[in-house]
Amino acid sequence: MTFLTPEESGHVSSLWGKVDVEKVGGEALGRLLVVYPWTQRFFESFGDLSSPSAIMGNPKVKAHGKKVLSAFSEGLHHLDDLKGTFAQLSELHCDKLHVDPQNFTLLGNVLVIVLAEHFGAAFNPSVHAAFQKVVAGVANALAHKYH
Amino acid sequence: MSLTKTERAIIVSMWGKISTQADAIGTETLERLFLSYPQTKTYFPHFDLHAGSAQLRAHGSKVVAAVGDAVKSIDNIAGALARLSELHAYILRVDPVNFKLLSHCLLVTVAARFPADFTAEAHAAWDKFLSIVSSVLTEKYR
Repeated sequence: MTFLTPEESGHVSSLWGKVDVEKVGGEALGRLLVVYPWTQRFFESFGDLSSPSAIMGNPKVKAHGKKVLSAFSEGLHHLDDLKGTFAQLSELHCDKLHVDPQNFTLLGNVLVIVLAEHFGAAFNPSVHAAFQKVVAGVANALAHKYH
Repeated sequence: MSLTKTERAIIVSMWGKISTQADAIGTETLERLFLSYPQTKTYFPHFDLHAGSAQLRAHGSKVVAAVGDAVKSIDNIAGALARLSELHAYILRVDPVNFKLLSHCLLVTVAARFPADFTAEAHAAWDKFLSIVSSVLTEKYR
């Protein structure tokens, strides 16, 4: 079963081609930590997270955001096998990082908002809906190996 | 959960911008909701939900106007939305999960239209505010 319709696939590739993975990654992770402060529990070694500006400017947050979004970006090349693509990362998040999968949904939604902010009208309802499918698929795949 | 002074100021200020495009924002929010979360259409079997439909526009306006009412009485959201709270509890009975979905779509719409204003801080304040509004609307469910 194909995950996205051809139209949705087109929307995703076309938009993603214009995404600055480093910038958007840093922004998405930063906003996660600002909007949902309890997510900071996973990043106690990151230094100053004491205010929105400290978080958004924090170099460790930016670097980690880039790492996370690069992995996400890889997944976009394998939309028909997200579970396979993210199997190892799923095990890592369960066994070593102990991250509640609810956080994947939170981050996915923050990413959608950052994309809307960057692309404005181009992030129209159809493009938006395609991305909601993608972030849900990635969140699912990352939770798949949990035990 | 309650709003700090700073958060209230951010919300009121952003509302100033939102209100200038209130109807369009309401309509767009609903379009996003129905496309991204098709299951939400089950609450509107009696509506024509095609983009641009008069019913969609009217309903979008209603929703954003209610958000505006909450902003205008930001110190007493429960009071401002008491009637709507009863409506949702006893008549509409929309499953609580849907308030999160609608709130998210409203944030996406606002982010797309006001990128410069929708800073991380504004995003946090509005997410919290809509969460409070959702709480008020589901308060009487059981």
